[in-house]
Amino acid sequence: MNVADLTFLALCLPFLGALAAPLLTRALGHNAAWVLALIPVAIFAHFAGFSADIARGGTVTGGYAWVPSFNVSFSWLVDGLSLTFILLISGIGALIVLYSGGYLKGHPHQGRFFSFLLMFMGSMLGLVASDSFLMLFVFWELTSITSFLLIGFDHQREAARRAAFQALVVTGGGGLFLLAGLIVLWNIAGVTQFSGLMSLGPVVKASPLYLAALILVLGGAFTKSAQFPFHFWLPNAMEAPTPVSAYLHSATMVKAGVYLLMRLNPVLGGTAEWQIILPVFGAATLLIGALLAVRQTDLKLMLAYTTMSSLGLLVMLTGFGAPYAIEAAVLYLVAHSLFKGALFMVAGIIDHETGTRDVTRLGGLRSAMPLTFAIALAAAVSMGGLPPFFGFLAKEEVYAALSAFGPRSITFAALVIIGNALMFAVAFAVALMPFVGKPVATPKHAHEAPLLLWLGPGLLALAGLAAAFLSGTVHALISSPMASAIAGEARTVTLSLEPHIGVPLALSALTVAAGIGFYLGLARLRAGIAAALAAIGWGPDRGFDQAIRGLVRLSFVVTRRLQNGRLDTYMTVTFVMVAIVLIVPPFLFGELARPPIFPSIPLHEFAIMAIAVIGLVAVLLAKDRLTAIVSLGIQGFSVAVIFLLYGAPDLAFTQFMIETLAVVILALVMTRLRLSPSDHRPLRQTLPDAAIALACGLGATLLLLKVTEGPFNTALTDFFNQYSKTIAHGGNVVNVIIVDFRGTDTLGEIAVVMIAGLAVLSLVRLRAGSMRRIADNDPEAEEAGR
Amino acid sequence: MKSLILRTAAPPIVGVMLLFSVFVLLRGHNEPGGGFIGGLIAVAALSIYGIAFGVETVRRAIVFHPLAISGAGLLLATLSGLVSMVFHVPFMSGLWAYPVILGQEVPLSSVMTFDIGVYLVVVGAVTSIALSLEERGED
Repeated sequence: MNVADLTFLALCLPFLGALAAPLLTRALGHNAAWVLALIPVAIFAHFAGFSADIARGGTVTGGYAWVPSFNVSFSWLVDGLSLTFILLISGIGALIVLYSGGYLKGHPHQGRFFSFLLMFMGSMLGLVASDSFLMLFVFWELTSITSFLLIGFDHQREAARRAAFQALVVTGGGGLFLLAGLIVLWNIAGVTQFSGLMSLGPVVKASPLYLAALILVLGGAFTKSAQFPFHFWLPNAMEAPTPVSAYLHSATMVKAGVYLLMRLNPVLGGTAEWQIILPVFGAATLLIGALLAVRQTDLKLMLAYTTMSSLGLLVMLTGFGAPYAIEAAVLYLVAHSLFKGALFMVAGIIDHETGTRDVTRLGGLRSAMPLTFAIALAAAVSMGGLPPFFGFLAKEEVYAALSAFGPRSITFAALVIIGNALMFAVAFAVALMPFVGKPVATPKHAHEAPLLLWLGPGLLALAGLAAAFLSGTVHALISSPMASAIAGEARTVTLSLEPHIGVPLALSALTVAAGIGFYLGLARLRAGIAAALAAIGWGPDRGFDQAIRGLVRLSFVVTRRLQNGRLDTYMTVTFVMVAIVLIVPPFLFGELARPPIFPSIPLHEFAIMAIAVIGLVAVLLAKDRLTAIVSLGIQGFSVAVIFLLYGAPDLAFTQFMIETLAVVILALVMTRLRLSPSDHRPLRQTLPDAAIALACGLGATLLLLKVTEGPFNTALTDFFNQYSKTIAHGGNVVNVIIVDFRGTDTLGEIAVVMIAGLAVLSLVRLRAGSMRRIADNDPEAEEAGR
Repeated sequence: MKSLILRTAAPPIVGVMLLFSVFVLLRGHNEPGGGFIGGLIAVAALSIYGIAFGVETVRRAIVFHPLAISGAGLLLATLSGLVSMVFHVPFMSGLWAYPVILGQEVPLSSVMTFDIGVYLVVVGAVTSIALSLEERGED
């Protein structure tokens, strides 16, 4: 197997694992986690093998043709940017699989959970490895779908179902924006692969469609990365089991939007629009997220809102355009994945071992859970940006990017300092408050977590420490190649733990001082923000519900208009349309048939036509419906006789049988529906109905006259007559056409006949009691009933 | 329907009609007839039987559920089309064989089994409609 095949296998492996997971879990129980964790480990090892190449500035590409006629391929591009993401996804993924083994131990659907988790992992890997636009889009939507499955994993709770649905609508809908944006990019640049797009930045920026492409791409990125005002789905997604929150909703999936912006930075970045829209939305998200995080008391929600702020910071840095901004985004992204993943898992451990996540009902856990406490502190120190952790380096670089003198930098620096200080306070509120103070009685008796639970967060916290001490290696293998890939030119990151006095360090000190202040006044701050939010009283989350309710109501109104359940309305609409279609175009386009020359017809044919007309008159005069049905049969039989006289015995034969059966079945339908025997329509209804009937008849006559005006093309007749006997060995041309020449049509038709039989049977079998009236679906009535 | 005349006349009429429907089906390839028409004749026969003796009697007489007959017909028709795959010719190509049975050459073909499938689909589906309507009309 060559490298390309192995890479393809690595990208498929999680999906294969997803197939095997339920069986494996049935066999091994929660210990299946140890086996399943080998999948991300193998992927990690495979892609880590590329790191030396990529550190030297190379890229790894490969792939297969997918739809060659549209120039669509299944191809991957591994450069510094995607490699970092792949290593984070697979590395943290392995730890999350282990953690899930402990967290959902004994859960009846643990196998299904592993399966969903691995499917997500595969989707996310595919997303960041994609070189082709379409492949990126497919995996993008797959991450939305797997996220939907994971958020709604506990589907018996309504809150989980709502959160899953909301996340799918927001991120999946954003994906459609992305698709449109990619198609616009494709149209501008004429390529379908990122590797080809990278050098076409000037072409794209000069295009009049640039702004459209930018806004559409941002629509995808901002929804996925929970930027204000699309952030509301992220905190709701905390309904998912904690491993999902740690993995999807902090370390990986929510960064897909940031990934996209970084990926497209060389193509779309650097313009005034880019440097205004991204920092403004990013900073707004940063600040709002941090304030909302302080407001919460649930550990997971606090972390979720700080994730939102961190994503805001990343978006802001990606678009900021100052020196060091890209490097800062790179360092912060890596640091955030490490510490936030660990903190979420710690929150999960606390929930798992004590039975509550409410920070106000926790305290004094340090003696019961010393190891968890140590891990939590290590992660919080990194999140707070204190040395000697990787988070410190990230924050130094952030402030280095913001420390240029000027009104823009100062404004954003002030916002970032406030946001970071609030996050500092929240980090320690999560990692310190539950562990210090007097022990508080919790729903479950607290004790230390088992190995499977603390291994993941422990390793992540350690990684945060190691990365800082080995910063030289990390920069060479990860930070510098990634920053170069984002910037589209060679960049080198050099920052290390050595103290360096300057503006960034001063800003850091200011942040920490403010953070400590916020931590001490947390309770008052929380109350203040809660009061402010209560005063506003509306948010995008409520707005989402209102929009969905509006949609349901609209569809109900439309449905009630169009499908009112009255057969006579349907019939009237259908036949009015038929009449319009038949009559209007000939007049509009001057295609009216010439008045026909009346042929001389022998007497017996006249007699048969007269019988047909008598049948029709009988229909109109009939006192009751049964008589009308039978009279209609007279007309049908007359037509069948005419077919017979003109040499179409098969047609006539069928017509006779159809007429007979139609009369029988219509009569049966009448008794079945218990229709009143006679027609009670008042005159004001009969007259319009008659007019519609006459119009349809007129239209059909005009059409037939027009059709028969042209000369008859005998090509088909000749063909069938000539070959019916020689090719198909049959003397009856009609039958040969049905069963041989056009046999596949017939196969389709008999399938329809059978389906019609099934449909009628199920309609007839419907019990009156089980039929819900349309009014039962009225959303307003439903609300009133609650 | 409690009509003595109908009850007396129905069995021979129905028998002849069913026989005739098969005859029409099989002659269809060279003379007027075929699966559709044959099927409709059979349905008419079964309807008469149902009117004379009630739906339950018909259901017992045809043993299988009408839609099962219909499904079997659809399956037979599809398989007749798929046989061509064995001989590496396109789907639904007509295949013929001329075995000599009792000294008489009998042309057999996948086209014929296809037409029998059509016959069964029509018989099953329309009988199902007619019977279910009749059944509910009685109560």
